[in-house]
Amino acid sequence: MSDLPPIGGGDELLALARRVLGDAGGGEQVEVFAARSRSVRVDAHGGAVESLSVAESAGVGVRCIVDGRQGFAHCGTLDEASVRATLAEARDNARFAEVDPWAGLAEPDGVSPVMPPFNPEAIGALGVDDKVAMAVALERAASSADPRVTGVRVAAYADHVGEVAIVSTTGIEALSRDASAGLSVSALANDDTMTTVGGWGDAARDPRDLDVDAVAGVAVDRAVRMLGAGPIPSTRLAVVFEPRQATTLLNLLVGTLSGIAVVKGRSLFADRVGETIASPLLTLIDDPTDPRSLAADSHDGEGLACRPTALVEGGVLQGFLHNTWTARRLGTASTASASRGYRSTPGVSSGAVVTAAGSGTRDELIAGVTHGLLVQSISGVHSGVNMVSGDVSVGVEGLLITDGEIGPPVREVTLASTLQRMLLGISAVGADVEWLPGGMAVPTIVVGEMALGGR
Amino acid sequence: MSQSNTSPGADLTEVVHASVVNDTLREALSTGGEFAEVFVEDKASSSAYLDDGRVEELTSGRDRGAGIRVVVGETTGFAHTADLTPEGLATAARAAAAAARSGGGGVRTVAMPDTPYRSLRPVRIDPSGVDKADKVALLRHADEVARSRSGSITQVSAGYADSRRRILVANSDGNFATDEVVRTMFNVSCVASGDTGMQTGRESIGHTIGFELFDRYDVAELAERAAERALTKLAARPAPSGQLPVVIGSGGGGVLFHEACGHGLEADLVAKGASVFAGRTGELVASPLVTLVDDGTMAGEWGNFGIDDEGNPAQRNVLIEDGVLTDYMWDVLRARKEGRRRSGNGRRQSYQHLPMVRMTNTYLLAGDGDPNDIISSTPHGVYVAHLGGGQVNTATGDFVFGMSEAYLIEDGQITEPLREGNLIGNGPEVLARIDAVANDFAMGPPGTCGKDGQGVPVGDGVPTLRVEALTIGGTAA
Repeated sequence: MSDLPPIGGGDELLALARRVLGDAGGGEQVEVFAARSRSVRVDAHGGAVESLSVAESAGVGVRCIVDGRQGFAHCGTLDEASVRATLAEARDNARFAEVDPWAGLAEPDGVSPVMPPFNPEAIGALGVDDKVAMAVALERAASSADPRVTGVRVAAYADHVGEVAIVSTTGIEALSRDASAGLSVSALANDDTMTTVGGWGDAARDPRDLDVDAVAGVAVDRAVRMLGAGPIPSTRLAVVFEPRQATTLLNLLVGTLSGIAVVKGRSLFADRVGETIASPLLTLIDDPTDPRSLAADSHDGEGLACRPTALVEGGVLQGFLHNTWTARRLGTASTASASRGYRSTPGVSSGAVVTAAGSGTRDELIAGVTHGLLVQSISGVHSGVNMVSGDVSVGVEGLLITDGEIGPPVREVTLASTLQRMLLGISAVGADVEWLPGGMAVPTIVVGEMALGGR
Repeated sequence: MSQSNTSPGADLTEVVHASVVNDTLREALSTGGEFAEVFVEDKASSSAYLDDGRVEELTSGRDRGAGIRVVVGETTGFAHTADLTPEGLATAARAAAAAARSGGGGVRTVAMPDTPYRSLRPVRIDPSGVDKADKVALLRHADEVARSRSGSITQVSAGYADSRRRILVANSDGNFATDEVVRTMFNVSCVASGDTGMQTGRESIGHTIGFELFDRYDVAELAERAAERALTKLAARPAPSGQLPVVIGSGGGGVLFHEACGHGLEADLVAKGASVFAGRTGELVASPLVTLVDDGTMAGEWGNFGIDDEGNPAQRNVLIEDGVLTDYMWDVLRARKEGRRRSGNGRRQSYQHLPMVRMTNTYLLAGDGDPNDIISSTPHGVYVAHLGGGQVNTATGDFVFGMSEAYLIEDGQITEPLREGNLIGNGPEVLARIDAVANDFAMGPPGTCGKDGQGVPVGDGVPTLRVEALTIGGTAA
């Protein structure tokens, strides 16, 4: 705890990584990935603090590539002797992997990093008492917003300051840093026949930008409007995804555009670059250099500078996301999309997916639906979606739309289709692009038809 | 291959001595508080992964540290550190105490036994002593077998993982215990490609035992089953949409109970009014055919341990007996507040997390029905051989779970395979509509249960059973 200097400078992490790199043998490629973070979380319940956690985490992951064989090891400490032992373990692991002609660490490619806003002082300026006050105020605001609120399951304030240093024998030297704070609340409402839940949250780089009353208000509204909900008969209908629900659809698409899925023959869209895979209304770009995104980052998990990558333009597939290995396998360049923590080797993921605005407000999009569902929550994505076949089947709650008017709440129903059909069937994309806590920019999206399973 | 028993001396009291544990607890309570706890963890893990015909990597990891909590009034303060020296632990103890300081309890002295309660379950073949080449050979074998099954198998991946987790828990109530759990697991996934697109099949095994796992299971057999499952699904038709009777196969569907009522019986959710089962003990909450047990003592099963992460011995707890709700599951905080016995359900993902109420191995006891009769007496419905994961809204009781291998039942016969999808139901309604339970109980594959961002290993099991009606989330009319 006290042995760690304040997070933000990164010098100690870089220095440690450089010293360990000195153990690299001739003919070896070695990469040291060192991460450190400090976080605070306050949970309020019953008008008081239920728990307050102060956490400091640190760890190092080491990759070692010898004669085309890759080994990896990690340790949950910055203790130098332990990190050196971790390099030795990674080297030993490499002996048992098979030769991979494409194995290799990232090499500097001349792209300059764009540093995202980093303001740990904004979080440091907030005392523990202030953080406690925000969590308690959030619970109070949710409890008192509506007489039908009978309890609050979660009311939490959390913040995080972290830094990552990556140094390699191939010339990589990178430092990424981030700091943000957030609120999350889950309100319970009851009308004597049923209990419903409404959750909401927000995040910002400066805790002063968080609006306790607004977050509580949305959560309560979402709980209360579900009172009286029940299943409806099975039908086919249009589905309106609010921005936060539309992220589910977009994340499924982006998952299929991972270079790993393509290399392994598991991507639905592997051979479709230049072809239409979605409605012409859909344009997506992955841009972690956009400072408006809370997921903006200077470097990817291999230390390459983040950069924008076009994914879908007017429904036409533009390309895939790559780390160094998937790019080599497919004879292309990394899009700096390596993602990882210190416990794992680089995977591939998007940084900050930005959706181009369409036209119309949310109300206008709803007004254009004759028979549909406004989805408020989605469950079972991990159990009901097969990313290889594209089958999608999820549980949802929402509000029925009839002739452009929002009607009664619906629960205990499923929505099913395939990802391919949903993308081509997008019938409207709103102008209401929102920057979401997770870092994506997403508007309301309407899918023309899905199968609803109900009573 | 080396064989060894866990040596009795190899526990965490050699890393953190009893006197240091005592000093740390004293420091934690030095500014007041009702309860303090030190949780020390040392976890070593190794894994190997094969994909696309090649052993891609071997990894190993070591995570060691301590989490300290202090309870003052209604407030829990928590801090964790990777520094296990007396100074490091004292610093973390002060941080936890400061975090909890809003209350104003008096200073307490700590009474603790000199030696811990030791839970020792010997492992026959310590995985850390097994040659890495032997682990890799298992992956290659699975790959070869799956590919040789059919030319339509276009991708195979296989994973091996083992871990050894040692914990030490001491608290100001005088609990002082250590435990060690070894876990070994293996999985294989296949992709089959045909005219209708791609389909997947997966098999996994995992137990709280050592490398002797592979004396019990043949990886070739697992690989064949995974391949077969993917190939079968190439011919699958879209699942129906709407309500139908659903028969769940033996061992394939414990997740039904995990989601339909397991989470709703966790005392922390009950206390917050976030469970449809709150205030219902002693009431009929399920069909009289339902007797549901959560059992951390089940030797070798994925959710098995000696002591929970709050230092209490694992227990077998009957949650629902003949349809009547008998008890919830408890952690230390909730049990202290209610002045009741602990149930051994306080678990945490790692020393970096606060414990909460979690399931262990959750299963439905066998009934006396014949599984074939259950199917033959179902004119039209769905047979689910294997469920995937699930998710529940404990407040409404609505839950979903995926079917990863399912078939149509027509005229009492299992017929065509169905494409994947979710089922949705409401916990109390579904429990009441279980109208048949067979005598063929089996445990299912290893699982990871997620709650509030923490994952812990869990097991589940069921005999063949039928739910009168569940909503199936398919696309067919």
